[in-house]
Amino acid sequence: MSTETLTSAPASGAELRAFLHGLPGVDQVGADERAARLATRSIKNDAKAQAIDMAITMVDLTTLEGADTPGKVRALCAKAARPDPSDPDVPRVAAVCVYPDMVEHAVGALKGTGIGVASVATAFPSGRAPLEAKLVDTRAAVAAGATEIDMVIDRGAFLAGDYLKVHEEIVATKQACGDAHLKVIFETGELVTYDNVRRASWLAMRAGADFIKTSTGKVSPAATLPVTMIMLEAVRDFRAATGRMVGVKPAGGIRTTKDAIRYLVLVNETAGPDWLSPKWFRLGASSLLNDLLMQRRKLATGVYSGPDYFTLD
Amino acid sequence: MNFEYAPAPESRDVVDIRPSYGLFVDGEFTDGHGEPFKSINPANEDVLAEIATADQADVDRAVKAARRAHDKVWGPMPGRERAKYLFRIARLVQERSRELAVLESIDNGKPIRESRDVDLPLVAAHFFYYAGWADKLGHAGLGPDPRPLGVAGQVIPWNFPLLMLAWKIAPALACGNTVVLKPAETTPLTALAFAEICRQADLPPGVVNIITGAGDTGRALVEHAGIDKVAFTGSTEVGKQIARSVAGTPKRLTLELGGKAANVIFDDAPLDQAVEGIVNGIFFNQGHVCCAGSRLLVQESVADELLERLKIRMRTLRVGDPLDKNTDVGAINSAAQLEKIRELAGAGEQEGATRWAPDCALPQRGFWFAPTVFTGVAQSHRIAREEIFGPVLSVLTFRTPAEAVEKANNTPYGLSAGVWTEKGSRILWMAERLRAGVVWANTFNKFDPASPFGGYKESGFGREGGRHGLEAYLNV
Repeated sequence: MSTETLTSAPASGAELRAFLHGLPGVDQVGADERAARLATRSIKNDAKAQAIDMAITMVDLTTLEGADTPGKVRALCAKAARPDPSDPDVPRVAAVCVYPDMVEHAVGALKGTGIGVASVATAFPSGRAPLEAKLVDTRAAVAAGATEIDMVIDRGAFLAGDYLKVHEEIVATKQACGDAHLKVIFETGELVTYDNVRRASWLAMRAGADFIKTSTGKVSPAATLPVTMIMLEAVRDFRAATGRMVGVKPAGGIRTTKDAIRYLVLVNETAGPDWLSPKWFRLGASSLLNDLLMQRRKLATGVYSGPDYFTLD
Repeated sequence: MNFEYAPAPESRDVVDIRPSYGLFVDGEFTDGHGEPFKSINPANEDVLAEIATADQADVDRAVKAARRAHDKVWGPMPGRERAKYLFRIARLVQERSRELAVLESIDNGKPIRESRDVDLPLVAAHFFYYAGWADKLGHAGLGPDPRPLGVAGQVIPWNFPLLMLAWKIAPALACGNTVVLKPAETTPLTALAFAEICRQADLPPGVVNIITGAGDTGRALVEHAGIDKVAFTGSTEVGKQIARSVAGTPKRLTLELGGKAANVIFDDAPLDQAVEGIVNGIFFNQGHVCCAGSRLLVQESVADELLERLKIRMRTLRVGDPLDKNTDVGAINSAAQLEKIRELAGAGEQEGATRWAPDCALPQRGFWFAPTVFTGVAQSHRIAREEIFGPVLSVLTFRTPAEAVEKANNTPYGLSAGVWTEKGSRILWMAERLRAGVVWANTFNKFDPASPFGGYKESGFGREGGRHGLEAYLNV
């Protein structure tokens, strides 16, 4: 596949389909085994300390509830800027992720911190709305100051084989983003097969995604290690083919430090150390942050502090 | 960002290696009367223990003990009672698995990740599986009431010391035989720990006898007139000697010998998983695997892409301390084996193949060989024909499925093969034509006690594992 093909618009739905179906298949048993084997890596001492801090800087601290209020969002932003009030050495998280109508509150609360404001858009989480509505959603979030947009793909179109429609929506959303970074959510729990995950990854990268993201967090299973591994293989291969790096964001279900470290090992040994940066890898999570803080303090002091020593926001 | 993993060594405190070990005969640890030898840790060349050598008289004693136990206790015992002992052994192996895994890694050089996650679970599974058969032998399709053979003389190799012991002892005992087993001289420690487990399980004295020593001890055992069955796993060369010595005697014989397996990758293979399968096929256990996928046959149209991916993957292999939980490739088992690997790798270069290995720092002490790939290998090269038994992969290409079969079968061996394609019909087409005891489809080096394992041609005869494995220990 030539670089031009991979960076220009598909000539037709048939061409796009032939391309996606021409990708090497994924053997599910083998992929699961590989991910499980990497999960047995033992990360201790200095490496663990490094991993915890790395993970904190990669967190997209998220609240995506119908009950979100400006107060809730401001509290989350305070946490993002100063995750552990008793320890100023704890790094800041990468971004705060909210619904479009909450973006202005997050922007206000995060001013001057350098922390990104990510907004889900395009009729999150189902994506079941007319394209025009999705683009209005996106533009509103960008206009309110979002620096990153997390869009969902049309899984219905994808599963029906209308890859071109999915592609065109991503291209249109990317345009609506302007300077904001575009993360494309596949909802891999609905795409189900690893072949689909690989095809969705290449489709999104060809359409100009800056990041590819596993899940909305609203469907189970959300992020899994093997699915993230397939996506990391895709960004690795896409860079080898085009020279362009695309980021990866697993989201949903990542709750413990142990989970987070397993993802970092996966990045390190699949895509490679170049991706070990908040610029190229994010963890979409909320409760994970406190576990990271707890383990960080345990590592530094040798004793566990109770959960009440970490703020709930 | 660079992410270095800090050393994560498994604790050695769980094992207690004694300064010297005797023979396990008739339920007791006794002295050997040959010249004792030393077992060393191949990762650092430290001496681990002094091990007794069984001479002819010791072998005789062990065989007599096994005979007595067979005639008086174990043979007449109902299968359901024998099963209880085997289940007990299986549970004890599980309970002591951490200790046994560490001991195996220290004595053999294999990574703790493998001894912990592969060897030990399979050892326990093998005992559990054959424990289940002990009272059902009449339903194995081998006659209504198949009888044991008697005393089995078993000689096992150093690559999977405890697992090969399990493959030999579990079916023999389930069928009502008693055994005299000789572990390899470089890796006797887990077999001796297993002797303790037999005592813990209250196994009647003489049912399992473990005798240690080098080739002479093994020869004395297989040539002993008092045994009814010889089971050997090891080199083809020694297997041939054993076949000659057993010829003309009433002894039954099963041999599981060398291999030079083809791992066949078609252009429609799941490439990332195929790369894992290649790595697992040849670098698992430092390539000290008789069924290792040591010949990579890759369809020419996808060869460059596949090799590029393989090299990227090989750069992430972690070679070093076998007890570090993050080690992927451990130490070569002995100086002699390292020498053999070096010699054959040298021959590969001389014959014109291209050698490649990732940059990896090898420890100063101990026996080490970096994971290595040879490309541009021809069928006529020694590295395509001879078993290297080390982390060395020979890459050949093919154009059509028929050519793949022809090249895969063009070897004196026939133990295993791998086929990688997303096309189900092609898997079946290949499996019908490959002359190998095991054909793996879209995977490699996958073992299960329910699945028979064994060779064609110079890879030996007889099957171990599964219902088929019973036949080798029953008078049918």
